[in-house]
Amino acid sequence: MRWDAPATAELAREHGLSEEEYRRILDSLGRTPNLTELGIFAALWSEHCSYKSSRVHLRKLPTSGPRVVQGPGENAGVVELGEGWVTVFKMESHNHPSFIEPYQGAATGVGGILRDVFTMGARPIMLLDSLRFGALEAPRMTHLVDGVVRGIGDYGNCVGVPTVGGEVDFHPSYNGNVLVNAMCVGVARADGLFFGRASGPGNRVVYLGSKTGRDGIHGATMASDVFDETASEKRPTVQVGDPFTEKLLIECCLELMDKGLVVGIQDMGAAGLTSSAFEMAARAGCGLTLDLSLVPAREKGMSPYELMLSESQERMLLVVSPASVQPVLDVCHRWGLDAVEVGSVTEEPEVNATFDGREAFRLPVAPLVDDAPRYERPWVNPDPAAPVTLPPLHERRWGADLRAMLSSPAFADTHTVWQQYDQSVGAGTVVGPGADAALLLLPGTSIGVAATTDCNALACGLDPRNGAAQAVAEAVRNLACVGAEPVGVTDCLNFGSPENPIVMGQFVTALEGMGEACRAFEVPVVSGNVSFYNETSGNTILPTPTVGMVGVVPEVRHRPRATWQDGDAIYLVGAVEGELGGSRFLQVVLGLEAGPVPAVDYAAESRAAAAVRALVRHGLASAKDLSDGGLAVAAVEMSGGACGAELTMPEGVAPARALFGEWRGGFLLAVARESERAFARTCEGLPVTLLGAARGTRLRVSLGGKVLLDELVGELQRLREKGLGWLSGA
Amino acid sequence: MQVEVRVKLKQQVLDPQGEAIRRVLAGLGYSEVEQVRVGKLMLLEVAGGDAKKVRTRVEEACREVLANTVIEEFEVRLP
Repeated sequence: MRWDAPATAELAREHGLSEEEYRRILDSLGRTPNLTELGIFAALWSEHCSYKSSRVHLRKLPTSGPRVVQGPGENAGVVELGEGWVTVFKMESHNHPSFIEPYQGAATGVGGILRDVFTMGARPIMLLDSLRFGALEAPRMTHLVDGVVRGIGDYGNCVGVPTVGGEVDFHPSYNGNVLVNAMCVGVARADGLFFGRASGPGNRVVYLGSKTGRDGIHGATMASDVFDETASEKRPTVQVGDPFTEKLLIECCLELMDKGLVVGIQDMGAAGLTSSAFEMAARAGCGLTLDLSLVPAREKGMSPYELMLSESQERMLLVVSPASVQPVLDVCHRWGLDAVEVGSVTEEPEVNATFDGREAFRLPVAPLVDDAPRYERPWVNPDPAAPVTLPPLHERRWGADLRAMLSSPAFADTHTVWQQYDQSVGAGTVVGPGADAALLLLPGTSIGVAATTDCNALACGLDPRNGAAQAVAEAVRNLACVGAEPVGVTDCLNFGSPENPIVMGQFVTALEGMGEACRAFEVPVVSGNVSFYNETSGNTILPTPTVGMVGVVPEVRHRPRATWQDGDAIYLVGAVEGELGGSRFLQVVLGLEAGPVPAVDYAAESRAAAAVRALVRHGLASAKDLSDGGLAVAAVEMSGGACGAELTMPEGVAPARALFGEWRGGFLLAVARESERAFARTCEGLPVTLLGAARGTRLRVSLGGKVLLDELVGELQRLREKGLGWLSGA
Repeated sequence: MQVEVRVKLKQQVLDPQGEAIRRVLAGLGYSEVEQVRVGKLMLLEVAGGDAKKVRTRVEEACREVLANTVIEEFEVRLP
């Protein structure tokens, strides 16, 4: 079919457009579009680009605050750090490509999120990855884990940005649809920011980066597809990344921006040249005119349809003043990159293009971007998780329960994952992977930038509202463990099909919970991404609203530690008993994914986090937040597999809730003897319980004269190393 | 018998390695080289005399492990 053939209802359907959407296209144009124009509509109106099912609900999130420089709507969000510095960050999903081709899918996910950050004028300083896999026994699963991890590692390592954090979890709901959420944090001077705006009629449009090939055509619509058994036939749409070209692009773009040669800039991500051209025009209220014959093509005979919709990686679109064209091209060529002037900015808000001297398409901007369809999809309130009747939980072999939990992949030591990543390139890493949050020094300053990704999807499946709020609370606690105060959130909302009212109900209520928590903690959401249609053959993933949170330490004076040392006093801040609903104890030990997930006690959490922040900043305590697996698992982690502890739980508490209860917003703290007085002053007014001290090689926990746990910490640690140990030899 | 397996990237897939080689060639004065595509050549010593069976087995191995058919294509040559 030729690129200029007239569109038909049949073709519209093949492009994933509904009958009504096609009618809407005909109405807005007043004529029948050609195939290229239809492809452009389909790409920009896809769920991935238009957020058509999510936009009305995303408004419920708080997006402003005194530190916010740029909220959602740009390539990434921007928040002030202090001393004239800002941080630019975003998280994005690359789930569908990673399931089809794990290595390239994950690698190009990293490449895409890097471009979203440096396109704003920021230098990327760290990457984090939130990963969800199915049961390791599921078909292809070890292959997927291995491919995704190597893809992330190789791309990040080549491009010279450290991968310093994230999370890995496993659940059978991801058997046919893994999640790869990549987050990038960058830093810039407040006066050195750039935006994706094609402003100033008469200005020139410059194409920069790799040539356009036939790869990835219609990736945006693929990301909006439900997988079925024929998923393998969608394979040619996976792109191959080139991290060395990306590195050149980073340096080239930062130099162009530093020299003030750029008016507007955007990367060509999903829907390639189409989305960058139309979105830049829409933001500036202008139009563009392009000559597609000038676009550097990798293969001969590429049509306007292919040139507009290709998702070849490592490409940027720049808007520059006429006088800057030559200096821009000179800089690009010095970096060895292809750069060509391909068009100019126009007054009229439409994008048109010629090809071989003929008009290829002519489309008004508004219907494609700002006036794209918005849907208020029907949704139902999720059923509240019913309380479960538990077996008697007084006389159990708690040591065996703990060992069972540590042996499950959910608690596996992830060092075989992150040891494949360069964690320290750039020499700014203070706290790297394996800790609660990552902490890096802003280059040339003593300002600390911290980041974490969090989501307990098990809890979100049981109660999307409280689960999503708990994810925000956990992120706040994780940042507190490295002394950082939260300044902003980016979210990556992974759900099933929005056309299913149950899934839509999960989405709406999760957003309400996330919004409520972000308001309570006063942390605005400044960027994010929605990934719908995460399902295969009717099996929907657990709702997974991943929270990426960035924090700041005004002056890093101590390196936070997450382990205790021989002789430290060990304190619990927060409730002595947690709740078992939605806990890992129920899931792993009793085989129950059940029970209510409690709401967050914001006042208590905020007070505890503030105290822990102060303690860590002053080097008065090592901290670990209590989350998955409760106090027992946190204790194993703080032991580092080396130093044991003798802990005594207060009389009268229920052992299961004390050891494995979750949702208590608490911290386990280790305090050196000489710091105890300062510690007591900082924690005044908080619920603090002295549990015991670190000593020996065994973790011994007793309650009312009875020993609940008595295990060698080295052996407990070895259990954690089994779950993902196979990766190191892969 | 010796079976030759050639694996190369599909035509529409970017080949960063080939492109890097092309640039080096251009830098050394071989500017007439317009494109480089890098593939793999594998020589398999396979027991058995039935060419048809051997081909079927080797092609199966290609799909399973020797080639990543998402982005690569393969060719099996028998003597």
